Amino acid sequence: MNTIWALTGVVIRELYRRKDFYVLFVLTAVITVAAGSVRFFQDPNIVRYVKDLCMLLIWMSALLITIAMAARQIPAERESRTIFPLLAKPVTRGQIILGKFFGCWLASGTALAVFYLFFAIITGSREQYWPVLIYLQAFLLQWIMLGIVTAMTLLGSIVFAAPSSTVTILFIVVAGILFLGRHLNTVALHNAEPLRGIIYTIYFIIPHLELFDVRERMVNDWGLVNWLDCGLAALYAAAYTGLFLLLSWLAFRRKSLT
Amino acid sequence: MPTILSIQNLRVEFPTRLSGQPVKIAVKNLTLSVNAGEVFGFIGPNGAGKTTAINVLLSFIPPTSGTACLFGIDVRQPIARQRIGYLPEMTYYYKFLTAEELLRFYARIFGIPNLEAEKRIDQLLKLVDLEPARRRLIKTYSKGMQQRVGIAQALINNPDLLILDEPTSGLDPLGRMKVREIIQRLKNDGKTVFFSSHELGEVETICDRVAVLHEGELRAEGSVKDLVAKHQCNLEQVFLRVIGFQN
Repeated sequence: MNTIWALTGVVIRELYRRKDFYVLFVLTAVITVAAGSVRFFQDPNIVRYVKDLCMLLIWMSALLITIAMAARQIPAERESRTIFPLLAKPVTRGQIILGKFFGCWLASGTALAVFYLFFAIITGSREQYWPVLIYLQAFLLQWIMLGIVTAMTLLGSIVFAAPSSTVTILFIVVAGILFLGRHLNTVALHNAEPLRGIIYTIYFIIPHLELFDVRERMVNDWGLVNWLDCGLAALYAAAYTGLFLLLSWLAFRRKSLT
Repeated sequence: MPTILSIQNLRVEFPTRLSGQPVKIAVKNLTLSVNAGEVFGFIGPNGAGKTTAINVLLSFIPPTSGTACLFGIDVRQPIARQRIGYLPEMTYYYKFLTAEELLRFYARIFGIPNLEAEKRIDQLLKLVDLEPARRRLIKTYSKGMQQRVGIAQALINNPDLLILDEPTSGLDPLGRMKVREIIQRLKNDGKTVFFSSHELGEVETICDRVAVLHEGELRAEGSVKDLVAKHQCNLEQVFLRVIGFQN
């Protein structure tokens, strides 16, 4: 475990020493603060709409940070050739994958926590209402979902050579799953075979990231999701994360580095 | 003396896109061994296959056939690398870390306890004259300083075998002298050093034994003294004769 945590530490250190990360971070914080502070005639519908927009921004920024960060980890190690002194130590490729995964996941969790904190402070101070548990649950579910995205992106970064193509493909795939994933079974019903079978297969194979999206409940104040359901969702996420990490390891294990 | 490093019938082929040539043979049936306490020079012209052989030893690439062992353990086992230090030809380190952070990171990988690691980091930074710059990011270092960080990281686990890939390439005379001093010191401490180099004068001064590789094949191997006595000339001329450049 020492090796994995050492690698995790390097990923986090890199993140906070890179300036480009702060641009997105500050931008999201500023927009959230600005949108959250504006009073639109005290109309609850408009207030809810603005909160929804802020949450969408937080979701997009967190996804972008996670995908961009995870996509460059292994290609950057290969390009700058820092992987050679690393592999000359008693380190396995599996440990590198796990170290990178935990580093990216923890770093994205930290960024997400700060976004939620901003959002909670702004909306809470305006409405004098502090639904801490609801925010905590939404944060945890989103962070768990980011675990799947991180593992998927690491796999993509090993399969596709350039980090830019990994970022583009993964962002399209993740956005596609979030917006269309839940409707695929309905789409399948309206198609004839073999297309119906193909769409159904995709529906059952893809990780349903939308299960972790409780923005609507949060914005409309519909209360907490049952914690047992959250636990099951976490198990579902762990299974997909494990699968993507296993596939990453299989792809990386025999990959020529020279 | 026990054998620290052994290579048996090593063959490495790379696929090539040239028509008529299905593969490029980088190393052909290489067999050699290095004993404990030896300083072993691995020499050859550019493209001879030295770095490829080192890449197999460090398990960066798999051999097409043959075996390579460190301390009697197959190089594919990560544990085989527990007692080695490796200095690459170029400086490949995390440039967003400081020298002491980089050394702390590698110390953690080797499982060195914190107190011992800090003591060792202090010693190594003094050894490579980087004590005043220890808290500066590596990206602000000169090439010579980066190479010295490389030496420090190669020594962090107090290795019994050091594999150095052209350790003095690109260094100024002072830097080269410093590297030579360190190798000499390691030799006096009874460590085994395996290094590839183009600096034949340096190899002649430091090494106990050498192997000459040309076009992937082992052309000569033996103690520096024996080779020089046999050919009645210095190591540079021996090298040129062996690779067929001079009669």
